[in-house]
Amino acid sequence: MSRTSEPGEESVYAGLVDATGADAAHWAFGSRAEDPLAGLDTSVPDGLDAAELARECLALGDDALVLGHRVSEWCSKAPELEEDIALANVALDLLGQARRLLARAAAADPGVLPVLPEGAAVGAPVAPEDALAFFRGPERFRSSRTAALTDADFAHAVVRLFWWASVRLAVLARARSHADPVLAAIAAAGVPEVAYHRDWAAAWVLTLARGTEESRRRTLTAVDALAPAYAELLGRHPHVRAEVAEVVGELFDRAGLEVPQAQDGVPRDELPDLLAEMQSVARAHPRGSW
Amino acid sequence: MDPSAWDVAASVVDPELPMITLADLGVLRSVGEDDDGLGVTVTLTPTYSGCPATATMRDDLDHALRAAGWERVQVCLELSPPWSTDDITPPGRAALAAAGVSPPGPAPARPAAVPLRLAPTRYAARCPRCGSDRVELLSRFGPTACTAIHRCRACAEPFEHVKEV
Repeated sequence: MSRTSEPGEESVYAGLVDATGADAAHWAFGSRAEDPLAGLDTSVPDGLDAAELARECLALGDDALVLGHRVSEWCSKAPELEEDIALANVALDLLGQARRLLARAAAADPGVLPVLPEGAAVGAPVAPEDALAFFRGPERFRSSRTAALTDADFAHAVVRLFWWASVRLAVLARARSHADPVLAAIAAAGVPEVAYHRDWAAAWVLTLARGTEESRRRTLTAVDALAPAYAELLGRHPHVRAEVAEVVGELFDRAGLEVPQAQDGVPRDELPDLLAEMQSVARAHPRGSW
Repeated sequence: MDPSAWDVAASVVDPELPMITLADLGVLRSVGEDDDGLGVTVTLTPTYSGCPATATMRDDLDHALRAAGWERVQVCLELSPPWSTDDITPPGRAALAAAGVSPPGPAPARPAAVPLRLAPTRYAARCPRCGSDRVELLSRFGPTACTAIHRCRACAEPFEHVKEV
């Protein structure tokens, strides 16, 4: 493969875009991001409170966005190449769920959208899900603290993901029959994805807990450190407590681990630090288009 | 006779698995032509929530239909029912296998409470090269969202298997 440079051509990428004839929609943030709900009827069904529906979608969407960001931090750092790819795939699924849920929240109630920095909407309109992800302060996020926790090590990553995905799977499975057909459809698509994430994480919890002395020590440390996170997750979704306890009990029995009992503490609040990094490029270049 | 809008859309291939068309992958839900014959509306269902190929599929459909003479092309998404590997057609499965990708077995049911699957799953995978069913899972995730990596214990070749969803 070779291509001839034109005299005066400045960007080596310019010809690449032209050669495919593609419009810029799939290149990046701030261009013409394609609508993740394109063509769907996003009117709110009679009898549903639009603001409440939007809050519900934000809570689910923010949790996926924030954990997806944390999980993506494992890219190039996981203990094995296969697990690096696994974690990147988990993050990708969660980011996809987040886009749909944030877009659904904004379509149900545009009042959730933040005021954009000056100039941000000039030239390239900011997609609603981008506005919610990149231009809200931490006080307006509805995610769990558990999702924002920094991973201490790989054991911490798989224990947190196992608990988080167990709760989310039960929540999404119920949301498949939600009165809002858009949220129901987003949930139905997410169920097999999150089931796969949970099972992958569960297999690693078992492997580490029954592996070497060092891997078991690290798993016990992670379970102990994350006990307030487990309590927070169940506290946010009390209606799935029994179902989650059964799955968690099944794995922990086989792994020879003890399920944490009721906890007083709450997880650290690491969301401001996470957002400071995640939003830094968009906030520094609110008119950015590339 | 000119090809129909369906024929044109159905010939567009998947950007990540280019051996299979969007129609055979089961993501092309409907193609409707406007009364004036100048516009077409395509309905597409993404494979995974975060599938990065969705935007490329949309662009490729847009370009193929415009190149075939339609002036207005609209690509809509449909999320319900979600895509399942059961939607991959028999010709699609044959095309995957011919290209060395093991096609999926039947998709699992998704009951109210999804049971935990801890053991290395016995997929319906067969080696697409030698046909042996003595295969092992190497990695639950693969180079695209929809495949896992396996290895054949008979001929030792690694291969991709489309995950059942």
